[in-house]
Amino acid sequence: MADAMLKVTNLESWYGESHILHGVDFEVREGEVVTLLGRNGAGKTTTMKSIMGLVGRRAGSIRFKGEEIVGLRPDLVARRGIALCPEERGIFASLDVTENLMLPPRIAEGGLDIERIYTLFPNLKERANSPGTKLSGGEQQMLAIARILRTGARLLLLDEPTEGLAPVIVQQIGRTIREIKALGFTVLLVEQNFRFAATVADRHYVMEHGKVIDMIPNAELERSMDKLHEYLGV
Amino acid sequence: MMMILGIPAPLLFGQLLLGVVNGAFYALMSLGLAIIFGMLNIVNFAHGALFMLGAFTAWGLLNYAGIGYWWALLLAPLIVGAFGVLLERLFISKLYKLDHLYGLLLTFGLALILEGLVRNYYGSSGLPYRIPSQLQGAQNLGFMIMPNYRGWVVLAAIVMCVITWLVIEKTSIGAKLRAATENAPLVQSFGINVPLMITLTYGAGVALAAFAGVLAAPIYSVNPNMGANFIIVVFAVVVIGGMGSILGSIVTGFGLGIVEGLTRVFYPEGSATVIFVVMVIVLLARPAGLFGRAH
Ligand SMILES: Nc1ncnc2c1ncn2[C@@H]1O[C@H](COP(=O)(O)OP(=O)(O)OP(=O)(O)O)[C@@H](O)[C@H]1O
Ligand SMILES: [Mg+2]
Repeated sequence: MADAMLKVTNLESWYGESHILHGVDFEVREGEVVTLLGRNGAGKTTTMKSIMGLVGRRAGSIRFKGEEIVGLRPDLVARRGIALCPEERGIFASLDVTENLMLPPRIAEGGLDIERIYTLFPNLKERANSPGTKLSGGEQQMLAIARILRTGARLLLLDEPTEGLAPVIVQQIGRTIREIKALGFTVLLVEQNFRFAATVADRHYVMEHGKVIDMIPNAELERSMDKLHEYLGV
Repeated sequence: MMMILGIPAPLLFGQLLLGVVNGAFYALMSLGLAIIFGMLNIVNFAHGALFMLGAFTAWGLLNYAGIGYWWALLLAPLIVGAFGVLLERLFISKLYKLDHLYGLLLTFGLALILEGLVRNYYGSSGLPYRIPSQLQGAQNLGFMIMPNYRGWVVLAAIVMCVITWLVIEKTSIGAKLRAATENAPLVQSFGINVPLMITLTYGAGVALAAFAGVLAAPIYSVNPNMGANFIIVVFAVVVIGGMGSILGSIVTGFGLGIVEGLTRVFYPEGSATVIFVVMVIVLLARPAGLFGRAH
């Protein structure tokens, strides 16, 4: 089997004195959509931020395309070809929609061009000159995703892109994720909503108390429902 | 003689011009402070000392290297800006993880050291710097006499403020700067070298102060205290305009220079304090400043 694109081994992280991740293990293969499921506070966002280099202190190993990136600064991680769409979306109020969209520099070939992005997200074209934070929640989420599709990063980290959005918008985001998968992007997705996750993902990792405690292939998700209900407390 | 509100017109307009000239310096200085504050989150107390260094560098270029005013206007900001880059790398950058208070104390200490060093070598009596020959003389505008150099200072400050504003509001570099002011870690996670941006921003803010220093050299005597005398008023301007607001610094800088000039005409006793009175009123009515966003 080919080596994983992203391989996280025994990852530990700290915010100041608080020890949050206690040895996280998982891997993502090229072209896959993989989710991190887990209850609130399980450490999903911290895992994403740790990959990106945004958590102060990390230990263990994060290998991307075979190279160790666990100690790198965020801008250098990004330059390797990883991009994060953060949980809080991170749309800049003092930038208009186009400026928000154009902010991340292109780090490699292979990103979507702007026409393509406007085809995927027609709303953004109509609102091009509005301040970023004047968009609706759903539009802001689309902008946050669109923004990282341009850069040429091939591994996209999407932290709860469907959180708090209306069902039609969730469906649209689902279509987008399937579309970018078809284009060959690799996606690591954090989700609370496993019914949504099941429509886009190949495999699911379950996190609890700062560790990965299980892995479920999407094909086995139906059969694992009891287990999953217990993990997620739903 | 023409009178306006019982005041001779030449006196009124003369003071008004003086106010606009002071306002030009307030605007340039508080603009640099605002840019630095937005990006580094420190109040740069060394700003007055760096303004003074700008004037001294112009003086030094002329007296040691025979380089005149026009080149100094370009070179002094570059030299002092590079010195600012060094200060940021060596000292200020060590403090980003600490409370803002430490940055303030550090830059205050740096100001005292720089001013002390200059005083040690050049004394505090002040060194003369001549107005460049092209800008000597004055224009009779009919209602007042305008010295050419003062007109030039106002023009140069306005052009520099407009350029700075355009760069920040209308270019992609400016967009990165604005974004990093809002959320630096996220901007860095897009692959932008934010630590480098911070260093260069400090250098640019310092260069603006040095530019103001060169403009000031022929007007005020070049002396170690020229920045210290002035910086307290500039901080009041920054507070009134709203910490970190670019447009706010420019408009408030010029506006308060004019207010000060008018006060000198109508109530001379109040001219030294009027800006602080305005500051108190603004702070009570709008704590975030006239152009500031409440956090
Ligand atoms: N900046 C921080 N400083 C200190 N502790 C933090 C910080 N951010 C998160 N934590 C703690 O780390 C733990 C994991 O948080 P994290 O945000 O990774 O969880 P999550 O799985 O993403 O949860 P959610 O589903 O609510 O987004 C939580 O206990 C949280 O309180
Ligand atoms: Mg989270």
